[in-house]
Amino acid sequence: MVRVGNADYAITPFYPVDALTGIDARAGRQATMRRLLAALLVAALVPGLALASASRWPVSETQLDNGMTVIVREDHRAPVVVSQVWYAVGSSYEHRGITGVSHVLEHMMFKGTDAHGPGEFSRIISRNGGEENAFTSRDYTAYFERLAADRLDLALALEADRMANLALADEHFASEREVVIEERRQRVADNPASRMHERFNAVAHLGSPYAQPIIGWQPDLEAMTLDDLQAWYERYYSPNNATLVVAGDVEPEAVFDLARKHFGDMKARELPEAPGGTGMVEPGARRIDVADSRARVPRVVMGYDVPSAATADSLEDAYALMMASAVLDGGDGARLSQDLVRDQAVAARAGASYRAIARLGTQFTLQAAPQPGVSVDDLESALREQIERLRSEPVDDATLERARNQMLADHLFQMDSVFYQAMEIGQLETTGIGWEIIKDYESGLEAVTAADVQRVAQQYFTEQRLTVGRLQPESDKESAE
Amino acid sequence: MMRLGRSMLAAAVLLLTTATAMAEAPLIQRWQTDAGATVVFVPTSALPIVDVRLTFDAGSARDGEQPGLARLTNNLLLEGTAERSAGEIARSFEQRGARVSTSSGRDTGTLSLRALTKDGILDEVIKDVADVLANPAFPEDAVTRVKRQMEVSLREDQQSARTLANKAFARALYGDHPYAAPPGGTRSSVSSLDRASASEFYARYYNRSNLTLAIVGDVSRERAERMADRLTSALPDGKPAADLPPVPSHDEAQTVRVPFDGEQTVILMGQGGVNRSHDDYYPLYVANHVLGGGGLVSLLTDTMRNERGLSYSTFSTMRPMARGGQFVIGSKVRNDALDEALSVMRGIVGDFHDQGPEADQLADAKGNIIGSFPLDIDSNNDLIGYIGMIGFHGLGTDYLQRLPERISDVSRDGAAQAFREHIAPERFITVLVGPEDVIGAD
Repeated sequence: MVRVGNADYAITPFYPVDALTGIDARAGRQATMRRLLAALLVAALVPGLALASASRWPVSETQLDNGMTVIVREDHRAPVVVSQVWYAVGSSYEHRGITGVSHVLEHMMFKGTDAHGPGEFSRIISRNGGEENAFTSRDYTAYFERLAADRLDLALALEADRMANLALADEHFASEREVVIEERRQRVADNPASRMHERFNAVAHLGSPYAQPIIGWQPDLEAMTLDDLQAWYERYYSPNNATLVVAGDVEPEAVFDLARKHFGDMKARELPEAPGGTGMVEPGARRIDVADSRARVPRVVMGYDVPSAATADSLEDAYALMMASAVLDGGDGARLSQDLVRDQAVAARAGASYRAIARLGTQFTLQAAPQPGVSVDDLESALREQIERLRSEPVDDATLERARNQMLADHLFQMDSVFYQAMEIGQLETTGIGWEIIKDYESGLEAVTAADVQRVAQQYFTEQRLTVGRLQPESDKESAE
Repeated sequence: MMRLGRSMLAAAVLLLTTATAMAEAPLIQRWQTDAGATVVFVPTSALPIVDVRLTFDAGSARDGEQPGLARLTNNLLLEGTAERSAGEIARSFEQRGARVSTSSGRDTGTLSLRALTKDGILDEVIKDVADVLANPAFPEDAVTRVKRQMEVSLREDQQSARTLANKAFARALYGDHPYAAPPGGTRSSVSSLDRASASEFYARYYNRSNLTLAIVGDVSRERAERMADRLTSALPDGKPAADLPPVPSHDEAQTVRVPFDGEQTVILMGQGGVNRSHDDYYPLYVANHVLGGGGLVSLLTDTMRNERGLSYSTFSTMRPMARGGQFVIGSKVRNDALDEALSVMRGIVGDFHDQGPEADQLADAKGNIIGSFPLDIDSNNDLIGYIGMIGFHGLGTDYLQRLPERISDVSRDGAAQAFREHIAPERFITVLVGPEDVIGAD
């Protein structure tokens, strides 16, 4: 659920999430880029598979009088519930000087209200058998609890309290800012791939607020004040800027009643216009070559400026771009693995990703690490050949069907996670796309033809939309281990 | 707005430990296939999907003198048979929407499958997996490439202070034990691996007597039995892997310093641990939850992060393995805070060792572990992880049902005593990964 340092997109969680379950700390051949793709797009579909995953469980929606949206996804498999409060604010709402403020505020939301002391919220949820965390991204900030289904009232009471009554105090801010700076060191400063992606994003999202790191630039974090946080809280933490998503073993009417009870008395507030994109269609070819003395593995990233599902003139383009990414990287049998990793033996790993769920124009990225002895020039050429192939020839039927089948199956597989179901709805709502698109997802993918894929490749995969990022170790130091 | 009185919360906790859906934990079905493999199975019906996990006792503990061999062999499982190439195999799965992957660690080598249960799809996928698993060809070009990929991973490890710390910790903890070497091998050991060694490793360890097969999903018992037979009957016959030697105990404190050019220093402190079949596992688990395993509210995190702002991430964890395991406390701190962090962490562990958890800390920890248990088993993905582990370690088929009760039975004295008995802070191995002028020298 939380994937960091990948491609052009990251979610920054309040609390580190470690995968330490299972038998054995392990490594394997599970392509993380592919999982990213599967998790963040709403997936694809296949003639013959006819899964109808979206209709498997009902979704109900209402709006409170103050403008707060409440969406319930019923899933009665287990007596558990996921509650998520989504605010339509994130790093893309920020500007230089206060970058990172959404994320720092997310941290401060755990520091108490008039009624509950610092950390008390966490202790209450914990002793009630729950888990809680929060995450910040470009377009949203979300807070969640996972609990036994009969504990929903408790979660909503606490969320309503901190939506309205957050107690921002200097003493807690001073230490929490240090925590966030440590988080930045851990996540970005001491990780060559993250350092490189931060710079790539700054170049690729030319002039867009997506150029700003979610966690913020270091000088902005150091200069941040409690007043900045107070202003941000007052501006964006109102019921009409929030979406409550509840998924699990609950009845919609009961959830609506609880939502009215806890959030219904709050007043709506006027919201500022969200910062938009640049309007540039073809910004020009861009390139960033990063020489990094602390890196050991080179890397090539190529990103094309493409529309998201929110900005596309037609959703057909978004579906066709999803299909293009699956043709390249739908699995180990797809083109990047077959051609670059196995046949040409130029890449140790290669992947493609397209994130359709975004408020502003986004990127279609390819990235790869070379096999030892292969230059980044040769790797870049090999990636470019793949793009040229998409532009110059229609994808054959078998490849298209395979890509679609895998995307459709993946989407059904995602339904195994109650959390994912809520997450998908929250992301679609806060990016302005709307959750209802889930209902059309299968048919949208089904309609994509080889000609569509070729058309979007020709339209969007152009030199004037391309950013090439390359990471090269400054000296290839050898070591024994 | 709303206030939650203490009494109301107390009532909520009470309710939780008595009434909440504890009876929902599924009973695990277990049987042996005719071919001699152990199968564990939980039927679920909400989604038309099935997860299958084949776990072999074929981890890096079996590498012998060739670190990385188990990983290489595991990574080659999907790389081709005599009849079909890696790409053909992968595309055959993708055509049916199936996800197949392999992974390996110190104890195990696994193959995992998630597929639709639709007629005409699942049977074909199972047939495919059975064929691929029983007939790997280990093509020369794949061996060469996978070795290169492993070399790239080893270079990436050099970029990660945390990975370097974990490797150094295992080396110091395990000494001459087979757990000491990293599962990914070393640059020199990987370069000397070859097709013949992988093929031999496969023949020795990827056999049906050395396998636990876990199945979770929308299939009947009868269909699960057919799947299990199909998957195991083609595998070679063989012997279970021999028991691993006991992990040697280490009697003296030791500090290992690994130079790394970073803004933070990674700290790991710890020692050997116990595995899940040990009587003290659960008291230790609860004690650790209070100390540093319970997230934001645990003692280590509360002090290091909430009170002092020293770190984003501080934790303690038990990593149970087939033979013992690890108990580890870890953090990442800015370089100039290393001394303060070490002294705070050592102080907390020392006090906890002397005094054990307080009564309310213990009650809160138990409330969290027991109350959140339904969240740990609410998906097929959770269940396959659990029952694969249960099957591999030979734990009871009632393991999931008994877990809440085992936690509930832990007393304050029991937790404190188990911690004192098993955890010896004065003998901890300490690993520091950071700039040379920060971590110092012996």
